[in-house]
Amino acid sequence: MAEVKIEGVKKYFGDVKALNGIDLTIEDGKFVVLLGPSGCGKTTLLRCMSGLEKLTEGKIFFGEKDVSNHAPKSRNVSMVFQSYAVWPHMKVYDNIAYPMKIKKFDKQEIKKRVMDTAKLLGISELVDRYPVQLSGGQRQRVAVARAIVLEPAVLMMDEPLSNLDALLRVLMRSELKKLQERLGTTTVYVTHDQVEAMTMGDLIAVMKDGVIQQYGKPEDIYHKPSNKFIAGFIGSPQMNFIDVEVKKNDSMHLLAPGIDVECTPEMSEKITRGGFSKLIMGIRPENIHHVADKNAIPIKGTVYFSERLGAETIVHLKAGDMRIISRIAGDEVFEEDTPMNMYVPPSKIHLFDPESEESILD
Amino acid sequence: MIKKALTLLIAILIAFWFLTPIVLIVLSSLTPSAEYYDPHRILPRSLTLNHLRSLFVTLGGWRATLNSIQVAGISIGISFLFGLPAAYALTRFVFRGKNSIRLAILLTRSFPVLIIGIPLLTLYMRIGISDTLLGVALAHTSMVLPFVVLISSSIIGGISVEYEEAGMIFGLSRFASFMRITMPLVLPGLAASAIFAFIMSWNEVFVAAILTVGNRTLPAHILNAAMTAPDYFKFAAGTIMAVPAMIFIFFTRKYLMSLWGISLK
Repeated sequence: MAEVKIEGVKKYFGDVKALNGIDLTIEDGKFVVLLGPSGCGKTTLLRCMSGLEKLTEGKIFFGEKDVSNHAPKSRNVSMVFQSYAVWPHMKVYDNIAYPMKIKKFDKQEIKKRVMDTAKLLGISELVDRYPVQLSGGQRQRVAVARAIVLEPAVLMMDEPLSNLDALLRVLMRSELKKLQERLGTTTVYVTHDQVEAMTMGDLIAVMKDGVIQQYGKPEDIYHKPSNKFIAGFIGSPQMNFIDVEVKKNDSMHLLAPGIDVECTPEMSEKITRGGFSKLIMGIRPENIHHVADKNAIPIKGTVYFSERLGAETIVHLKAGDMRIISRIAGDEVFEEDTPMNMYVPPSKIHLFDPESEESILD
Repeated sequence: MIKKALTLLIAILIAFWFLTPIVLIVLSSLTPSAEYYDPHRILPRSLTLNHLRSLFVTLGGWRATLNSIQVAGISIGISFLFGLPAAYALTRFVFRGKNSIRLAILLTRSFPVLIIGIPLLTLYMRIGISDTLLGVALAHTSMVLPFVVLISSSIIGGISVEYEEAGMIFGLSRFASFMRITMPLVLPGLAASAIFAFIMSWNEVFVAAILTVGNRTLPAHILNAAMTAPDYFKFAAGTIMAVPAMIFIFFTRKYLMSLWGISLK
């Protein structure tokens, strides 16, 4: 187990800047998720940490040790690959035992550890089978068993759940998380799935274009996204983005068709300081209600379309030529084309600079 | 029903087309000389191994066979020694000019080895390896090596790189991971391509005939010795040439099919 420190890491493939200056510290024993759309560099970063890719620039430390130029085998890491990479010419037992065989462990010790680990993952009955005889979910358990049998300094997982069916994915999500909590191994987990990131990560690093956009606890990433990209990437349906104009009379207002937000003192101060005349307002669908709250800001529009999902209802509200999506708990019926008011608590409003797309509030 | 019958008919015709000459060659090689020249007989009453025996023993066929095996062995050895690392690099690494190299390798296959026969002979005479098995083996290598590079690269490419990377993560060096993880997985395919390479060398006659006088490989030797002999010797020679190739193909046909990208499933 070790703390991982990444300093100024760059990785170029020819002219492509896959990683463009990464600084990241992962505390010992934490479960950190690298989250981002495909091509954002998350897998490259993981591979750089594992040693499978050489760095173009920068340094990586495990604890006090600089491992930047170490081969993968001398980093004491392990990995669960996207395709599992369970060796097809070896039985399950030998797959799990192989890392220890390479390091010349005692036969008895190997056997004990393999069986303990197999039991932990519920694959004790499968140790005599070949990987082709296993289902995808079982193969993945073998891959995980192989990765944890030697108690690595850092456990890495590269989209381990993406090849499983939806039901199994939900199950394995909680199992992997529980397992990691039990082992206390520093874990780096790559995914493009925000639900996996939110549910599993102690910390999330959101990446885009080879740069970490924000690094923090899931709740902070969700409630205080530092820019428009993160705000839009986390949450489903996506956050509503509304172009608003700043109007100043006796108090400050944000105006868009059907919307008139009276700014809180905090907002006014930030807007004045930045000298903004236009802003992008972000509101999450789950923060838009159809019942008026005290202090809530109304949005006036007509019902364009509603999707009844049973447990919740997704309402598309038309305000001007904008479409605002709201997510309402419970099964509710909304008549199309009828005028309707929705309400937003002022505290749930995000504001972004239209130029830099950075959040101006947090 | 009609479709089935038609398919069967065509299959039989094709089988006849290919098998008839082979059967006739083998049969003629086993026919006693008196009966062979009897115009009233098609099928012989008795069979004899005399032609094969004299071709092997008195006419030096056995020595030529050993020569052929040595030549093929050396050329396969050299081809895999250089071809496998090249194939690995072409498959696993990204580098500038990779496609051009691949194309250049493929291009060498479009030149018949025959073209380089005469220039090679003058070169070999100068450096003193004319009329040696090594000389023929090197010439055959020029034909086998590109084949080995291209086929091995597609075989290695068929094995997910993640297996090898897993090996590296769990404690092996790149080389060790290739040898201990990838190698066992590609071995059947490589063996099949080695056998195919063997047959390429085994069947090659022109360059072998040009480059050697005394140390001839089997086809070159047959070209020299059997072609001036009676017909049944020619057929005996044909049998000797065809049988090993057929045996090899029979045992590796499944792999050969998949080598060329035809799935049997």
